[in-house]
Amino acid sequence: MKRTILCLALGTAAAFAATTASAATLDTIKQKGMLTCGSNPGLAGFGIPDDKGNWTGLDVDLCRAIAAAVLNDPSKVKFLPLTAKDRFTALQSGEVDVLVRNSTWTMQRDTQLGITFTGVNYYDGQGFMVKKKLNVSSALELNGASVCTQQGTTTELNLADFFHANKMKYEVVAFQSADETIKAYDAGRCDAFTTDASGLYSERLKLKDPDENIVLPEIISKEPLGPAVRKGDDQWFSIVKWVGFAMVNAEELGVTKANVDEMLKSTNPEVKRLLGVDGNFGESIGLTKDWVVRIIKAVGNYGESFERNVGQGSPLKIKRGLNALWNKGGIQYAPPIR
Amino acid sequence: MASENERPQAKASILYNPTYRGYFFQVVLVAALVWLFWAAAKNATDNMNDANIRTGFGFFWEKAGFDINQHLIPYSADASTYFDAFIVGLLNTLLVAAVGIVLTTILGFTIGIARLSSNWIVARIAKIYVESIRNIPLLLQLLFWYNAVLKPLPNPRQSFHLGAGVVINNRGLFMPQPQFGAGSWLMGIALIVGVVGAIAFRRWARRQQAETGKQYPVGWTMLGLVIGLPLLAYFAAGMPVTFDIPKLQGFNFRGGLQVYPEFVALLLGLVIYTAAFIAEIVRAGILAVSRGQTEAAHALGLRSGTTLKLVVVPQAMRVIVPPLTSQYLNLTKNSSLAVYIGYPDLVQIFAGTVLNQTGQALEVILLTMLVYLVISLVTSAIMNVYNSRVMLVER
Repeated sequence: MKRTILCLALGTAAAFAATTASAATLDTIKQKGMLTCGSNPGLAGFGIPDDKGNWTGLDVDLCRAIAAAVLNDPSKVKFLPLTAKDRFTALQSGEVDVLVRNSTWTMQRDTQLGITFTGVNYYDGQGFMVKKKLNVSSALELNGASVCTQQGTTTELNLADFFHANKMKYEVVAFQSADETIKAYDAGRCDAFTTDASGLYSERLKLKDPDENIVLPEIISKEPLGPAVRKGDDQWFSIVKWVGFAMVNAEELGVTKANVDEMLKSTNPEVKRLLGVDGNFGESIGLTKDWVVRIIKAVGNYGESFERNVGQGSPLKIKRGLNALWNKGGIQYAPPIR
Repeated sequence: MASENERPQAKASILYNPTYRGYFFQVVLVAALVWLFWAAAKNATDNMNDANIRTGFGFFWEKAGFDINQHLIPYSADASTYFDAFIVGLLNTLLVAAVGIVLTTILGFTIGIARLSSNWIVARIAKIYVESIRNIPLLLQLLFWYNAVLKPLPNPRQSFHLGAGVVINNRGLFMPQPQFGAGSWLMGIALIVGVVGAIAFRRWARRQQAETGKQYPVGWTMLGLVIGLPLLAYFAAGMPVTFDIPKLQGFNFRGGLQVYPEFVALLLGLVIYTAAFIAEIVRAGILAVSRGQTEAAHALGLRSGTTLKLVVVPQAMRVIVPPLTSQYLNLTKNSSLAVYIGYPDLVQIFAGTVLNQTGQALEVILLTMLVYLVISLVTSAIMNVYNSRVMLVER
């Protein structure tokens, strides 16, 4: 039903609005006083509402950072929960201003859907989870298994590639939402559950008996997850892209939520440029000088956001791994602000 | 337009001729509608091209790259196209709709007649069934059945063996699959001959009864022809049919015929839900036949079974068939709720996965709606033909 409405909306918008994409997204958001952010309906660590309706997560933090930069208020975000198969339609049709929903950046999505990815806020890869009692220690032992997965994802495609490449048979059972998928796995419908590795740890928390399940060591794909915007609005593209870069640069320069006010007095020229003490980088993307100060005050730098949502400060306890900064053994790297 | 050319021929001013005026405005309306749709479609494609969104149905011939568990035609991720996936989804929808319609008709008629039973308990049970089932949303029932089907069943290693190679576990129902070897064509021909012979015999027996009043054992003869002839052919051809028996290999049973739990859950949900409505339609139909008809039949000496078959039901069908068609259409359309329990129907495969992998929402949704429209129109057409046969013929 929801998807039909979305598609009708897309149809009507495409049919009768003269130019949907070229209207400046920034102006529209300022006018509404609210940023609409396409979010995961419930993936612990990335985007999930708590019992009071407050959204938390790594993706959610990025939305709040954008709202802080644009509207000077991280709470002015409307989160629109989207299933995997509805998400791109919602972005295309203008239902959301930005899609931050652990979406994999692929060439097809970047070139054929009328959307553009702005960067990578989490480097991930696809893995498998199985019940301990099956005594399986490698994904290569899954020949003949039933595998539960969420439809409309790169996961579904990688799964087929992996099993065909290794000449193994399997049975796929695909569900519309992550919740239905993990429930079916829990009920014993499948031998294995597959999604991005971060998602495996997060979904495992929803199982009746999380400790009875293990994540297999193989990572079968590259899954760079990142935010996406509609094509055709370069200014808005730059804003979303540089909000992400600013958070990574802030971590690299040691600017944190706690010390950001002190850092304003720093003599380090890079910090000065980042925080708008020197230069006027904010205004070049339609914001004010102190845009990064607002972002850091709202959500902290990338590392803080990571640890709070998916790292040691969270139940997921995911290690930084690939997502450590480039100078600390990872591949998170942001172009300099200058 | 047309009116101007024809003006000289008319005696009174054609401007005031109601027939021509009527035509004129209808032509204008149709032209305006055509223009509106054309403009909308053109604007949509232009805008989508501007936004770099791919348009058109070219994606149909690209490799699909994802797997589907239940496929009635050969299908695999590395060899099949999106078009194949579309056909797989369509056939799965048609399968559940066709089986569902047959079963729900049987169940619905049974419950409907049971509600009118003179047995107090039977009538009450039927009433409770109807009132509880039709007042609970179908989606909840589907989720209930899916869990009810999945939860109590054991995993493949502790499967229930029902004998004769039939196995049931939480991966589905596994049955031996007949493999037709050389010489099986004889059985196929025997089956066709049997069916044709049975129909011919029934017509002949009816005519005989109408002319001479003599009755023949029609049911048994028909059964003998339809089952007996292929069986004879089976032995005559040297027993060419072997069975592929499912075996436990690794995680799952392999080989044989597999009925998936998603299919069973969807079928159960749809059949039980729709039967509640059909039961009410049947009850209404039977009550619409006046009591005098039954009494007259009894007075002529017909037994109550015969009365029901020859007098009441034929008249009740006139009332039953039109709303029954709506229920069939409902069942078919409701099968799209399959998406919530992971049954790979048209909506899940095509309007779900294919839409997302290609990103071509407009094309995919339009085609999906068109398919449901065609299925519904065909169902209606068939039911209308049947309806015209049972309709009251006024003299």
